[in-house]
Amino acid sequence: MIKRNLFAAAAIAVALGSTAASAQALRIGLAEDPDILDPHLARTFVGRIVFSSLCDKLVDIDVNLKIVPQLATSWSTTEDGKEVTFKLRQGVIFHDGTPFNAEAVKYNIDRAKNIQGSFRKAEIADVERVEVVDQHTAKMILSKPFSPLLAQLSDRAGMMISPKAGAEMGDKFGNKPVCSGAFKFVERVQQDRIVVEKFDGYWNKANIHFDRITYLPIIDTTVRLANLQSGQLDLIERTAPTDLEKVRKDSRFKLSSVTGLAYNGITINLGNGPRANNPLGQDPRIREALDLSIDRKALVQVVFNGEFEPGNQPVPPTNPFYVKKYPVPGRDVAKAKELLKAAGHPNFSFDLMVTNDTIGQQVAQVIQSMAREAGFDIKLISTEFTTALNNQTKGDFTAFVIGWSGRSDPDGNINVFVMCGAPLNEGKYCDQEADKALNEARTTGDTSKRMAAFERAADRYMPARPRIYLYHDKRFFSHTAKLAGFEAHPDGLIRLTGVRFQ
Amino acid sequence: MWTYFIGRLAISVPTLFFVTIIVFGLQHLLPGDPALALAGEDRSPEAIEAIRKQYKLDQPIPVQYVYWITGVLQGDLGESIRTKKAVTDLILEKLPVTVELALLSMVLALVIGIPFGVISAVRKGSGLDYTTSVVGLAGLSIPNFWLGIMMILLFSVELGWLPASGYVSPWESLRGNLAAMIMPAFVLSNAITAVMMRHTRSAMLSVMRSDYVRTARAKGLDERVVILKHSLRNALIPVVTVGALQLGVLLSGAVLTEQVFTIPGFGKLIVDAVFNRDYAVVQGVVLFTASAYIALNLCADMAYFLINPRMRG
Repeated sequence: MIKRNLFAAAAIAVALGSTAASAQALRIGLAEDPDILDPHLARTFVGRIVFSSLCDKLVDIDVNLKIVPQLATSWSTTEDGKEVTFKLRQGVIFHDGTPFNAEAVKYNIDRAKNIQGSFRKAEIADVERVEVVDQHTAKMILSKPFSPLLAQLSDRAGMMISPKAGAEMGDKFGNKPVCSGAFKFVERVQQDRIVVEKFDGYWNKANIHFDRITYLPIIDTTVRLANLQSGQLDLIERTAPTDLEKVRKDSRFKLSSVTGLAYNGITINLGNGPRANNPLGQDPRIREALDLSIDRKALVQVVFNGEFEPGNQPVPPTNPFYVKKYPVPGRDVAKAKELLKAAGHPNFSFDLMVTNDTIGQQVAQVIQSMAREAGFDIKLISTEFTTALNNQTKGDFTAFVIGWSGRSDPDGNINVFVMCGAPLNEGKYCDQEADKALNEARTTGDTSKRMAAFERAADRYMPARPRIYLYHDKRFFSHTAKLAGFEAHPDGLIRLTGVRFQ
Repeated sequence: MWTYFIGRLAISVPTLFFVTIIVFGLQHLLPGDPALALAGEDRSPEAIEAIRKQYKLDQPIPVQYVYWITGVLQGDLGESIRTKKAVTDLILEKLPVTVELALLSMVLALVIGIPFGVISAVRKGSGLDYTTSVVGLAGLSIPNFWLGIMMILLFSVELGWLPASGYVSPWESLRGNLAAMIMPAFVLSNAITAVMMRHTRSAMLSVMRSDYVRTARAKGLDERVVILKHSLRNALIPVVTVGALQLGVLLSGAVLTEQVFTIPGFGKLIVDAVFNRDYAVVQGVVLFTASAYIALNLCADMAYFLINPRMRG
């Protein structure tokens, strides 16, 4: 009897506790389960969403992709672009009470560069070392000027973890991350949830209005939306374009959207092994014909209900680095036929590799049927994702429908895909002139000079078409109408500063 | 008896060894490089090389096998290359969830399947019999994921009675746990219920034609007693055998149902692991499931030995 009473009392206590907490608890539905929660070892996009509440970065980006202060309050670059000095925010502590200072910056950059399995190493390869000028000033010494540095530091490479926790936990840090963000880690149940709670020592805690956030990975888009509709979630990322009408029509919910940084297109094998030796890989006229045979607007209409944005460059037309003299082309079947004829292949057949998910399949089928009218006979090779990546790296493909999640600096969308021998240039396009221009874009700090350099590079790779860019994702966040102050950022991260329940 | 037990146990050892080789070998036949899967978008050659080295993927496969099996023999199943969590911990975390889901589905299947099987046997040829047959057939043919989504739309979105997905531990809230589990358990039990129903029906029909039932009726026993006490008991033997087999299937993971309802169980663990080429997790889970099967079989054999006097020498 006593036992039963105790149990009842405990149950009541738990129930009361949870009502009190739920008043300020935010529940977010993610489209995937994040990987390890260590900013230096992590690689998934959804992981970054969780990090944005756990780990502050040196700098952040705003909705217009402008770099804004976070843990660094200001910064300056020397004339030669090889030294960047950061003034650090004072009075910041990590979740374990360790103070944040220039030593911590040095520790983090060293760790990002050296920890085994670091995915940040390449991102900040040009940072040679960090000098501690004083307690609140850190100087990064670069081996050569690197203009995307701040953009890199606005993402995982700029996240600061507690040096004490990092030293204690080593490569297991991700199982219980300790950073200096607005929320501290509580628990994680793999494939089920990640819970964080408000950090009382946060430097900007006046603008944080939630006590607790629970991230729930729910892979199925219909089920994710159902959870929002039935009130189990307050905010979901990546609403399916076909579900948007439902959200728009329902006054209980709000939709926030922004054109993302991603691109999707067809990567063509120009020089990666023997499979590049075919007219599509060798003759730019055939690639142009394929490009002209595709109606991007119709493609986006059919597959994405017209909700995504048609595009033809590595960055979306809304991006400041979009090269305006190459607008999104319309369809021209007659010209495509002419080009194929001129190239000596009026009926040209090739293999198009595509990942075996629904969206990939649909996009490929639309391309297949559009291109058929111009004289292309496309065979779709449906391949599981990891296998497809493997084939791509080995050069075992002719053309591949694939995208890129995008980076806030155009360097991350262009240089690493276009430059000779660049790690993600899997079609092995190589053009010395384009490389020269892209190198200049990478080393100059001046925005207008950078733009001019990117334009010169575009003059080379746009007509060569190592990739046929097709469309850009838009990021659709659906949330309860009670949530105020939420703004969708192009990088797709969920920033909660200033967001509250009305 | 002990010699029998030890004999059976001894046979399990080579079986398990064989399983480890199969698991390890098949997995490495999968196309797609785990280093590449892990590197994802950050796949610079140096990064991939570093991962290969870190996880000894650059070693010949037999050498990798020796590394793994040495760990296994010491009770270490390795760690997930995706999350750096120990595989043993992952298994212990997921196992109770899957066991609960499997048991709940089984209970539902028994509670619904057997009574309806009995009714349709007793009322053979009636409208009720045909209705249960049709419902049963539908239950067998409806895909789980579709039924799952329909139920979510009805009970969570429209009616708002149940949470749409997710898992709540029974230690946290028993009510919350049942609310979260009832839909997935029902969806999962759906096909099994139909199987149970059909088996009960046919077993009941054959039992009810037997002589002793006719005798029982001739004695003037109440029809309820004849059906429940005399017929059902005997008819249940094949039904229980089928049920036990189905339970084994349920325990190895209900992939689609777990995916739709976001239940963090075995099925989801292994599917994610396969797509991420998280070798250690796949190997660990399969090895664990195989061992569990073998252990259950051993138990069943022992039970049979105890029950059946003719086997005792």
